[in-house]
Amino acid sequence: MSQTLQETFARLWTLDRDVLAIAWLSLRVSLTAVGIGLLLGVPLGALIAVARFPGRDALVGLLNTFMGLPPVIVGLILYLALSRSGPLGALGLLFTPTAMVAAQAVLATPLVAALTRQVIADAEAHLGEQLRSLRLSAPRRAGVLIYDARFSLFTAALAAFGRAISEIGAVLVVGGNIDGHTRTMTTAISLETQKGDLSLALALGAVLMSLVLAVNAAAAFLRGHAVKAYG
Amino acid sequence: MDFLRRGFLTLSLLAALGAVSPLSAEPDSIVVASTTSTEQSGLFKHILPLFKQKTGIEVKVVALGTGQALDAARRGDADVVLVHDRLAEDKFVAEGSGKNRQDVMYNDFVLIGPKDDPAGIRGTGVEDAFRKIAAAKAPFVSRGDRSGTHSAELRSWKESGVDLAAVRGDWYRDVGQGMGPALNTASSLGAYILADRGTWLSFKNRGDLTILVEGDPRLFNPYGVMLVNPDKHPNVKVKEGQAFIDWLVSPEGQKAIADYKINGEQLFFPSAKKG
Repeated sequence: MSQTLQETFARLWTLDRDVLAIAWLSLRVSLTAVGIGLLLGVPLGALIAVARFPGRDALVGLLNTFMGLPPVIVGLILYLALSRSGPLGALGLLFTPTAMVAAQAVLATPLVAALTRQVIADAEAHLGEQLRSLRLSAPRRAGVLIYDARFSLFTAALAAFGRAISEIGAVLVVGGNIDGHTRTMTTAISLETQKGDLSLALALGAVLMSLVLAVNAAAAFLRGHAVKAYG
Repeated sequence: MDFLRRGFLTLSLLAALGAVSPLSAEPDSIVVASTTSTEQSGLFKHILPLFKQKTGIEVKVVALGTGQALDAARRGDADVVLVHDRLAEDKFVAEGSGKNRQDVMYNDFVLIGPKDDPAGIRGTGVEDAFRKIAAAKAPFVSRGDRSGTHSAELRSWKESGVDLAAVRGDWYRDVGQGMGPALNTASSLGAYILADRGTWLSFKNRGDLTILVEGDPRLFNPYGVMLVNPDKHPNVKVKEGQAFIDWLVSPEGQKAIADYKINGEQLFFPSAKKG
């Protein structure tokens, strides 16, 4: 164990350009997926929080369940859809980064929506009555509450990023772990583990964790900056 | 509300940039469905740059078990298949999924086990070794993933006259994974395992394992290459795929395969028929 750790540190210094390219791809795919997840999930979650309609409780339950979607199942369903023999086969997207973005967006969206719904529901407990007395439509009320709770939504974005960057099941199946093309940090770590090169796998794990740390630090900085400027 | 509009616009822009930029497909690239043994042994990393340099065609390798690789090709998700399970390959061609199978190279399987060899198989023939392992109920790790190596293992039990269904018990661990993970499991259990020599040579987490049986003609492990049938899947890149196959069996490709060595040891031996 200690020998493996020693080797790990030694190899951290010798990681090459390939690793940088892999880290960049991971980051690009996951951030894009989170972006799509925010675009779809924030309005969806906020609307569910403010609107009153039959079946709402069931929808909330469904949304919360989808937070636990197994990545490998998402990958498998998307694989069958994108396969040349599948309904979307003509797009030729299987084994491309775009397919990986789609898979992670499917994972991120319900997570963002569920967390947003909770945040907005809490905000509504404070402001809801006032807003309703102004006779604003549900989308307008949702908009006002999103604005009011905007800084709390950073957490939803970070949670979605954490889920996206750390999953392997979906990107492995729809991406194919192709060297130099669809290999991400997680699939690279898995591959090195399979090859029995445990110190390299650990070194890559350290790189991945640094990446996540950097993104979180950047988000915290942005949030602080935004609170000062617009809070 | 201005904040919202701006936020929405920025996010849309970022998402569009991220989603579209990887879409710009490389001009000439093919997908090769192959086996974990060829990928994990490092062979592709050695030969593909040579091919790209010559032709400009990028080869994207998806490494799966032989059974899985053939299935992916059946669905039309690959242009070329490079695998090692002769019976499954012939079936693939016979059913019209693939065209014109050609020999490319071979390596061999090795029977690996703990140094202290509790079943006493060191230096015996393959059939004896499998019989002894079953009789001793010594821990044995099976790939269990319909890979070429898995097929070879099942064939070995059969040829040794061992009725696996009747004798299998706790000692027989079916891990359902690639060669590397199966070796990792064998290494931590001190179990016997059938492995291809290429993956074994490049495998680092050996622990107490060593080669116990090798060189038996029954351990011969040939690899074949074929084009996915474009009549079934019109998206198959015939020109580029055939160029890769032609290069593999050409003197140049065969030399590239022979030149790949780990610690001075050659992993794959060219076997393309000349002319």
